[in-house]
Amino acid sequence: MSEAAVSHYLTEFDRFKNNRLSDWLPKQRADALEYLQSNGFPTRKREKWKYTDVSPITRRKFTLGPATPEAVDGGFIDTLRFSGLDCHDLVFINGGFSENLSRAGNLPDEVTARSLASVKSENPALPERFLTGPGEEIDHAFTALNIVFLNDGALIHIPDGTQVPAPIHVIYATDKNTESIMSHPRNLIVLGRQARATIIETYAGGEDTEYFTNSRTQILCQDSAQLDYYKIQQEGHRAFHIGNTKIRQQRNSRIDCHSLSLGGSLARSDIDVELDEPGAEINLNGLYLANNRQHIDNHTLIEHKQPHTVSNEHYRGVMGGRARAVFNGKVIVHEQAQKTQAHQSNANLLLSGNAEVDTKPELEIYADDVKCSHGATVGRLDENMLFYLRTRALDKDTAKSLLIYAFADEVIRNIKLPELRKRLEYNVVGELPDTDLIKGFMK
Amino acid sequence: MTDQTPEVEELVHKEYKHGFVTEIDTDTVAPGLNEAVIELISTKKDEPDWLLEWRLQAYRRWIKMPEPDWAHVHYPAIDYQAISYYSAPKSGADGPKSLDEVDPKLLETYEKLGIPLHEQKMLAGVAVDAVFDSVSVATTFKEKLADAGVIFCSFSEAVQNHPELVRQYLGSVVPAADNYYAALNSAVFTDGSFCFIPKNTRCPLELSTYFRINAANTGQFERTLIVAEEGSHVSYLEGCTAPMRDENQLHAAVVELVALDGAEIKYSTVQNWYPGDENGVGGIYNFVTKRGDCRGADSKISWTQIETGSAITWKYPSCVLRGDNSIGEFYSVAVTNNYQQADTGTKMIHLGKNTRSTIISKGISAGRAQNAYRGLVNIGKRADNARNYTQCDSLLMGDTCGAHTFPYIETKNATAVVEHEATTSRISDDQLFYCRQRGIDEEDAINMIVNGFCKEVFKELPMEFAVEAQKLLNLTLEGAVG
Repeated sequence: MSEAAVSHYLTEFDRFKNNRLSDWLPKQRADALEYLQSNGFPTRKREKWKYTDVSPITRRKFTLGPATPEAVDGGFIDTLRFSGLDCHDLVFINGGFSENLSRAGNLPDEVTARSLASVKSENPALPERFLTGPGEEIDHAFTALNIVFLNDGALIHIPDGTQVPAPIHVIYATDKNTESIMSHPRNLIVLGRQARATIIETYAGGEDTEYFTNSRTQILCQDSAQLDYYKIQQEGHRAFHIGNTKIRQQRNSRIDCHSLSLGGSLARSDIDVELDEPGAEINLNGLYLANNRQHIDNHTLIEHKQPHTVSNEHYRGVMGGRARAVFNGKVIVHEQAQKTQAHQSNANLLLSGNAEVDTKPELEIYADDVKCSHGATVGRLDENMLFYLRTRALDKDTAKSLLIYAFADEVIRNIKLPELRKRLEYNVVGELPDTDLIKGFMK
Repeated sequence: MTDQTPEVEELVHKEYKHGFVTEIDTDTVAPGLNEAVIELISTKKDEPDWLLEWRLQAYRRWIKMPEPDWAHVHYPAIDYQAISYYSAPKSGADGPKSLDEVDPKLLETYEKLGIPLHEQKMLAGVAVDAVFDSVSVATTFKEKLADAGVIFCSFSEAVQNHPELVRQYLGSVVPAADNYYAALNSAVFTDGSFCFIPKNTRCPLELSTYFRINAANTGQFERTLIVAEEGSHVSYLEGCTAPMRDENQLHAAVVELVALDGAEIKYSTVQNWYPGDENGVGGIYNFVTKRGDCRGADSKISWTQIETGSAITWKYPSCVLRGDNSIGEFYSVAVTNNYQQADTGTKMIHLGKNTRSTIISKGISAGRAQNAYRGLVNIGKRADNARNYTQCDSLLMGDTCGAHTFPYIETKNATAVVEHEATTSRISDDQLFYCRQRGIDEEDAINMIVNGFCKEVFKELPMEFAVEAQKLLNLTLEGAVG
């Protein structure tokens, strides 16, 4: 089955060859094609894909979408924007940049936040430096595919000492009206020394269309930079999403990363973090909600490479229906990385008898002067808590909803942007019965 | 041993070059593995046809299997064709003639553990004659067990005397082709222990391989089968605290436990095989498959293990909680020092309703050792109200060792409650300072803290063993901090 998929993508690549960007980075593309041909798509025999079968993706024949951004109506994009926030919106439709739908925010002049394709046409050296450097290793067929079809994405560069007050919002939307579109967006985010920024990535598409998003983001935070990074995956319920974020952090830099996986019929999100220099700190927050037959997979890898690095990871999931969630959090503390602190927790709430969760928090530690811990729990709603609420005259459904909301809120409340927090609270609460009643309890 | 492959010969005997005389054993099969060798083993042991067929099927599956490489251990490839798969039980004539011929380091270790002289001789493989009349001790035990109706004998005897029982239960917990090493064991196992506890019987003794002297040389492919019938109880001890003399580098044992309704099996292991020297040369490869099947309702299987030896340990004592209300427990202390590598843990497969499991794993890593916990908790779809609690703590001593945790938690039932907790740290300076301040020297302080760290597991061991285990732990970690 994998061979058929590979040959389909090879044919698709021949079609793509006429594209104006297809001659860019020939060596990388050739390597990626070579990888694809010799390795094929990952199977469940590979440890990293043990719980996620990608054959629903490889079975289907996705094609590149039309480069007509008008295919998506502006109203849909508007629902994705944060109206109350002064954002710099970069909008991509079917993986291609849409000038019309994007909105410039209040950015300092020296900041670059543009479409990768347009930067390339003026100054190819900037993106090339990152597209050929570290962090560009091919992990599996999907990262290879992303390179093969590399065409557009967001390039965000915040120079040394620059603080960007307005959040930069990158929106990827897929055409509602055409079936089987695939897109391979690529984001490059570079924060210079002491730079500060908030960057949001949103992935969305039609509720009733089948499409495939295969995104890749590379983030580099230089000395003392601070980044708030949000990845909101709210693809349609028939969509497929494979996302891969690679983060490299230098001395004393700090990233607060929030990954929210809400949509998709099969969605996988990988976040790999390298703490390359002393003092680097990462806080990873994650929330995944899965219902019906959704399959949501979250993989994180944090590598502590130098002393005095800190990581805190907190992922929570709520599963109902026949949904299946996978969590794999790996922390590696390298030999030199003394005085490391790494804490990880994963909590799962199962709401239905047919839901399933497979969690695997891993620690690999090669240094001794470290404080590392991890914990994982799987459970249902606590009977005692339910009873307590019932004694306060709440009916069963409301009591349940309130507890589910409280469970998810442990992650949501760490979100600093009030606009985003509100939207998520609304999203979570919106999934629950007796929404109006619970809203009364919310601040 | 024959001298056909000098390199292997060298590898196998390296660690015992001090004083062990190796005589050519005429009753040893030439190295190599094929169907003829298996037939030969079966014929030599006078086995029934079905068992030979069972072995051959395991072998046919084995040759098609890839060698597993997922464990967090590294070692040179094993040449399975260079191993001799059968040698007749040793008469003791090939061992050292007296303690003077034994490696002084080994004797020093015995001394520290406080092992009586006659036991030292036995452990070192010195030819023991009438001086130490252990056989009579064993005979007394045998009578007592026979009175209770308990069958406790070597596997070969069981095949001859109780073939129906062996046939019924052999491979019912660990199928012949369960994994690479289990398949290898199924094809070529030479001996082991068999234990059967009849209905509603409480085994009057702690069963121990240590006392079963007549079958001491069970070889490198050992097979243990314990069956506890309805309402019975047995506590089984394997191994001993003293380092065992052993010239086989690869050990691939299989242990199967069957607990029927209301039965309880407590299986304790102290493993202290030769770990190789300070430079990581030599040492035993311990690739063991251990699994218990709580087949009946209300049954209980409890594994306790103290793993301090072997160059490489690859071992996951597991429980299949099939019966409703059954209980699985796993208590483990794994200590690695120098270049030792351990990848150990457990699997708790919850299939029945109201099943409970507890996992307490303590890993201590020192020197250049790598110590990994790898565990699976699987809650099946029908396992309503299943409960698991897992705690695995690692203690690091020295900045060149590693401690790893790979827990797999798979839950298919919403009524399950699963908790997993793991911590990794070193002995804190505060703890040490507190002890030093009260006049306890550093070595003792560390021993005390380490023993405290392992207390939850030690308390599960039979009392005499717990005392020895503590001493053993101190000895293994001697010089690890300084």
